[in-house]
Amino acid sequence: MNDVHGRVLSVADGGVTLLRPGGVVAFMEMDPGAARPGDLVVGRAGPGGVVALEVVWRHPTGEFPAPGSDAARLAAPRRWELLRRRAELLAATRTHFRADGFLEVETPLLVPSAGTEVHLDPVRVELAEGPGEDRAVRWLITSPEHHMKRLLAAGAPAIFNVGKVFREGERGRHHRAEFTMIEWYRPFSGYEAIMDDCERWVAALAGGRREIVFRGRVLDLTPPWPRLRFYDLLRERAGLTRPEELDPEAQMAAFVDHVEPTLGHERPDFLVEWPIAMASLARPKPGDARVAERFELFAGGLELGNAFGELTDAAEQRRRCEADNAERREAGRPEMPLDEAFLAALAEGMPPSAGIAVGFDRVAMLLLDAATIDEVVAF
Amino acid sequence: MYQTSDIKKGLKFKMDGAPWNVVEFLFVKPGKGTAFTRTKLKNLLTGQVIERNFRTGETFEPVDIENRNVTYMYNDGEHYYFMDSESFEQHPVGETALGDSVNWLQDNMPCDILFYEGRPISIDLPNYVELEITYCEPAVKGDTANNAMKSATVSTGATVLVPLFVENGTTIKIDTRTGEYCGRVSK
Repeated sequence: MNDVHGRVLSVADGGVTLLRPGGVVAFMEMDPGAARPGDLVVGRAGPGGVVALEVVWRHPTGEFPAPGSDAARLAAPRRWELLRRRAELLAATRTHFRADGFLEVETPLLVPSAGTEVHLDPVRVELAEGPGEDRAVRWLITSPEHHMKRLLAAGAPAIFNVGKVFREGERGRHHRAEFTMIEWYRPFSGYEAIMDDCERWVAALAGGRREIVFRGRVLDLTPPWPRLRFYDLLRERAGLTRPEELDPEAQMAAFVDHVEPTLGHERPDFLVEWPIAMASLARPKPGDARVAERFELFAGGLELGNAFGELTDAAEQRRRCEADNAERREAGRPEMPLDEAFLAALAEGMPPSAGIAVGFDRVAMLLLDAATIDEVVAF
Repeated sequence: MYQTSDIKKGLKFKMDGAPWNVVEFLFVKPGKGTAFTRTKLKNLLTGQVIERNFRTGETFEPVDIENRNVTYMYNDGEHYYFMDSESFEQHPVGETALGDSVNWLQDNMPCDILFYEGRPISIDLPNYVELEITYCEPAVKGDTANNAMKSATVSTGATVLVPLFVENGTTIKIDTRTGEYCGRVSK
């Protein structure tokens, strides 16, 4: 009879509707006694089972849940189910990468430099790190990339990281300023290996299902997923004859208007070989310096992740960071401090590597068929 | 001026000389590039729906558009007259702004009229009206199973397709959005 406890949702003749921990709603055929909505109750055993409800906490008004409260939000149908299944996806992710030989690493969220990427705005914080110290500027990471690469330069094996990242000014049905990212790297590896990782990881999360339904459309997960080249799609889907000759801004506009909305609807798509100007941390493709070893993964209309064959040349990386800052200056936006510790690590020799950052919340949306990112987080 | 961050469902603004209403929107930032807001917009004059992407930083002109609760009064052969429920002012509205709605207007019917720069441009009627059939061919008995329909004239003068079994003088329920028969009303 231990399961008779919870929150009273409603009281009717001959019974009580209880919200049990974990979001299970149960109707108990019994005398409600003094219980009223909002009360926390436990069943008291007697001859023949539970005979009475004891009110262990009395709700002050009996009007439950209060509009706008956590309880009201999480009382929506499926919310606890989604949170439970999200936790399972996270556990399955860790199991998958550990079994594949990856080491889980933790990296700082609060850093002296959060990178220079032109269109990412890190959150600025000020803090005194010790008693009596002056307040210093720190940043919340937009991705654990720099620290993971420092680990690779220091001899790390294949590594993965699961954690929170922060991006100022990003909010929408698929965006939150604070979100959960899973990022992984393989040293001495090309970015094709990361595509294979994606296929196997998502298959593991889908629990053997070859097809899933997302937002009413069937998504076929059967590998290998299509590899589509950026410039090919600008030609085929945006109708451009010589997309290579456009400036990056015009390429991006054509991509947003005509290509991105078409990606990943029937099968997940890898969009590969991005213009070099759109890949500040990727290395040029061997044999074609106009494009970078960068891919993005799209599935169900969601942009899930971004991957690079990593740039390991310290001098070239410094030049690109400075170019980012020049572009920021021109646009009237704040320049970002260069991450000297990261650049120093590259100068020590980082093995040729590939890695990817994936928005875990969006993967959860995809596999749990959620319409918004807010449905797959508690707060 | 509106910013892209003001975009939400139902936001109305002026663009290319026309009033638009946001039907759908989505914040996107693909490829770690500039942020965009994808929108589906409805032209409030023509009803045309278009897709348009706005870059963060673009601005929009507010539009002089107002919804007013009114009651239908009468028509004088040229205009249809509605009384404003708040100001009690009378608004004459031409047939073009009313479209198919003229088929269902009844005295004292509560409606919403949308005004663009002071001009009435569209009307919202209640979703259903009940009207009496003033003329139709006699009912065909025993033919309730198939979907055959016949034409009937209702008290406003409009014609509606009704099932064969419906009789002259019956009051029927009509969906004003589609002009379709929804059933008989028992009086």
